[in-house]
Amino acid sequence: MSQTESINSTIQQWTTICPLERILPNTGVCALVKDRQIAVFRVGEGTDVYAIDNYDPFSKAYVLSRGIVGDRNGIPKVASPIYKQNFSLITGECLDDLTIRLGTFPVQVVDGQVKVSS
Amino acid sequence: MTKRLVTIGNGMVGHRFLEQMAAKGADWELICFCEEPRVAYDRVNLSGYFAGKTAEDLSLVAPDFYKDNNIQVHIGDKAISIDRANKTVTSAKGVTISYDKLVLATGSYPFVPPIKGNDLPGTFVYRTICDLEATEAYTKDCKVGVVVGGGLLGLECANALQNLGLKTHVVEFMPRLMPVQIDDAGGATLRQKIEDLGIGIHTGKSTTEIVADEHGRVHKMQFADGTELLTDTIVFSAGIRPQDELARQCGLKIGDRGGISIDDNCQTSDPDVYAIGECALYNNQIFGLVAPGYRMAEVAADRLCGSEANNFTGADMSTKLKLLGIDVASFGDAFGKTAGSKVIAIDDAIAGTYKKLVVNQDGTRLLGGILVGDATVYGTLLQLMQNQMALPPHPEDLILPPRSGVSMAMGVEQLPDTAQICSCNNVTKGQICAAIQDQELRDIGSVKSCTNAGMGCGGCVPLVTDLLKAELKKAGIAVNNHICEHFAFSRQELYSLVRSQDIHSFQQLLDRHGTGRGCEICKPAVSSILASAWNDQILDPSHVSLQDTNDSFLANIQRDGTYSVIPRIPGGEITPEKLIVLGQVAKDFGLYTKITGAQRIDLLGARVDQLPLIWQRLVAAGFESGHAYGKALRTVKSCVGSTWCRFGVQDSVSLAIEVELRYRGLRAPHKFKSAVSGCTRECAEAQSKDFGIIATEKGWNLYVCGNGGMKPQHAQLLAADLDKETLIRYVDRFLMFYIRTANRLERTATWFNKLEGGMEYLQAVIINDSLGIAEELEAEMAHQVATYACEWDVTLKDPVKLQRFQHFVNTDAPDPNIVVVAERGQNRPVFEHERQLLQIDR
Repeated sequence: MSQTESINSTIQQWTTICPLERILPNTGVCALVKDRQIAVFRVGEGTDVYAIDNYDPFSKAYVLSRGIVGDRNGIPKVASPIYKQNFSLITGECLDDLTIRLGTFPVQVVDGQVKVSS
Repeated sequence: MTKRLVTIGNGMVGHRFLEQMAAKGADWELICFCEEPRVAYDRVNLSGYFAGKTAEDLSLVAPDFYKDNNIQVHIGDKAISIDRANKTVTSAKGVTISYDKLVLATGSYPFVPPIKGNDLPGTFVYRTICDLEATEAYTKDCKVGVVVGGGLLGLECANALQNLGLKTHVVEFMPRLMPVQIDDAGGATLRQKIEDLGIGIHTGKSTTEIVADEHGRVHKMQFADGTELLTDTIVFSAGIRPQDELARQCGLKIGDRGGISIDDNCQTSDPDVYAIGECALYNNQIFGLVAPGYRMAEVAADRLCGSEANNFTGADMSTKLKLLGIDVASFGDAFGKTAGSKVIAIDDAIAGTYKKLVVNQDGTRLLGGILVGDATVYGTLLQLMQNQMALPPHPEDLILPPRSGVSMAMGVEQLPDTAQICSCNNVTKGQICAAIQDQELRDIGSVKSCTNAGMGCGGCVPLVTDLLKAELKKAGIAVNNHICEHFAFSRQELYSLVRSQDIHSFQQLLDRHGTGRGCEICKPAVSSILASAWNDQILDPSHVSLQDTNDSFLANIQRDGTYSVIPRIPGGEITPEKLIVLGQVAKDFGLYTKITGAQRIDLLGARVDQLPLIWQRLVAAGFESGHAYGKALRTVKSCVGSTWCRFGVQDSVSLAIEVELRYRGLRAPHKFKSAVSGCTRECAEAQSKDFGIIATEKGWNLYVCGNGGMKPQHAQLLAADLDKETLIRYVDRFLMFYIRTANRLERTATWFNKLEGGMEYLQAVIINDSLGIAEELEAEMAHQVATYACEWDVTLKDPVKLQRFQHFVNTDAPDPNIVVVAERGQNRPVFEHERQLLQIDR
């Protein structure tokens, strides 16, 4: 979280990636932001959005935006579509292998537009 | 100095002994004399030599085994004398070698009855490959062959003569076949089965003379009862005699009727000389089976390597064989010689089987038995006997076909702690249960890794799972069948909730019966249930978030994040025009093409943004989704059937296409496959499918619950000689019943194996409608068939759905990470090490 905060305070450059309705409830999309592949997920019907790396370190493919969104004990998460490891959408932690942690990115919905900061 | 060990004989047992010595890393100089011109081979399967097996196929010695282990083998050199005083062996070629220890593994020789004419040209014995070569050379111009001896070896030999194309007869002195192993009734059943194969059986025949023709060659046999039998050749296979000649010469102790006497250590009367295998006499008994011989080889090797752990204490002569393709088994006290023993026997002349149990006086323990024609229960019976387990209240059930609703399988609770569960890694029930209790194991994965059980062939995993469940139940730990943390229900329960409460979306189900947001387990499972129940489009907005990536992009994801495309090719029939379209599309999009195991064509390497473009072309050419991505019907494989094949009795291709089009797109707990064969030759391999159809002269046979893949299982006959309408009706009912009742990701074979009552129960439900649901099942299927639509066709017509087929939401660029290299003229994804070589950055 400290990393996220520092990025928040120092850079705060927001990139608009798409209108909110382009992300169907409980699915993800992938955005290219400054040459980085970022998976953005919309949890539920509202404006609850999360952004983590699109890179799946287990399959070494950029596919996480295509995983199934859900929760484990209340923590929102996505399951890799290739080998099914789960990643926390909040911390980027792999819930099945605590040595693995993905990057997370600030994301918000402003005037119906999804914006990511990297 | 290294001591020298000389072995005489390189048959199956002699070779096993040398293998044991090599495996133990024994500090001996090993030398072996081998009389035959070739090293050890599989004598048990000798008749295979005439069924196409070569001497190399039969060989038991791995190439270079002797060289690699520094074992000196004198091939084709017979040891002819032993000097025990000076401890030397001399061979026919004049080699004399001294020994510190000597092992005799000289085997046995065939017994030739003292009959006039038993040495005429045209008479043979059946023991070595040389014997077979001689027989084969002589019988080139023969039409009829006789085997003298109706025992185990004689029948093997009859198989060999039949394989040579001779009209074969078996002549046995005793009044029945296999007199040592089976009784009169078993002998009669066996005789009938062998006669059905076209082999003449003549029991109770004492041969008085073999008469020659004018050229001095075998012509006919004359019997004591005045009858005679014309034949061109005779093979003696009337038992064995221990090859103890060398031992006699050098004064070792020999039994009254032959055989080198040995003790528990396999030592002869001279402590420096051991004897193993068929030449050895233990407790006045010669063991004419290979297993006891192997056991002796192990004991002798142990002793010579300084271990006292093992003793030879005789051997169980229980045996199960396939003779001429017929099961024969005999175990324990097969003839009921134990005082007070009783017999339960079932002689089924219709099925051609004979099954007999010998039980103790009060019918509580199994002492032995005989099985002819069907020996599938042999393993169970042997466990019952060897572990002295209590018999069930109706022991006859053990050899009767299972009664309706009664499961014959032995419960794991009844097995003793000593019972071996995993034969690959030799793990007993006691060890598994102790590990579960002591290490508090809760799932099958940890039981496997902690005990090694199930880590070999995996065949015992169901048994280990049952053990785990039983142990957890005993410990009062609830084993729930909840699908995941979000629903406290099994798949079957969710299915009936969806139908009975008319639930049409995941959210509805979650609101009413679940908790949390769902996960990758329950979402696809519920999606499949909704599809099976209502057949709504899986990419409709309310369903799309439930799908695995394969379903949500209507293609199969590969390791690099690209997808494969498999269009439907019903029955495997495709026009040249359509083939050309597939080739052209693959070429235009740079796709790798491969023929699948299911008579279809796989186009691999499509990026997500290419999928709609590819399918526009395919749909325009008349293709539709093949559902290779879904838990749904894959293919209905077919042979060409009566359309082309000279053996075909029905039009298998037409039926396969009709069946595939009927059930295409049907979602189920797991994928399922089918096939239609046009005759009993079964070229479409229907018996390995979830449902398979085989043509008969009168109609179609329906087989269900087969499986290929990881754990192959033959499908079982549900109903025979059906007309097409009845066939389709039964398949409708069968599939819907499976969809209603199976667990998540449970194939039909696994589902069937857990079905209480087995096939009789399934037949009652499907054929006799014992649950009164047949009409419902048919109506549900009719709804599915009526509402089918090609998922790709629907998707291509909907611009909103197509928006998702893009790698980036904010640019049209493809995934830059996808890199291919050429191999054999096609593209494939790079491997990680190649990325480094190609200096591709991530």
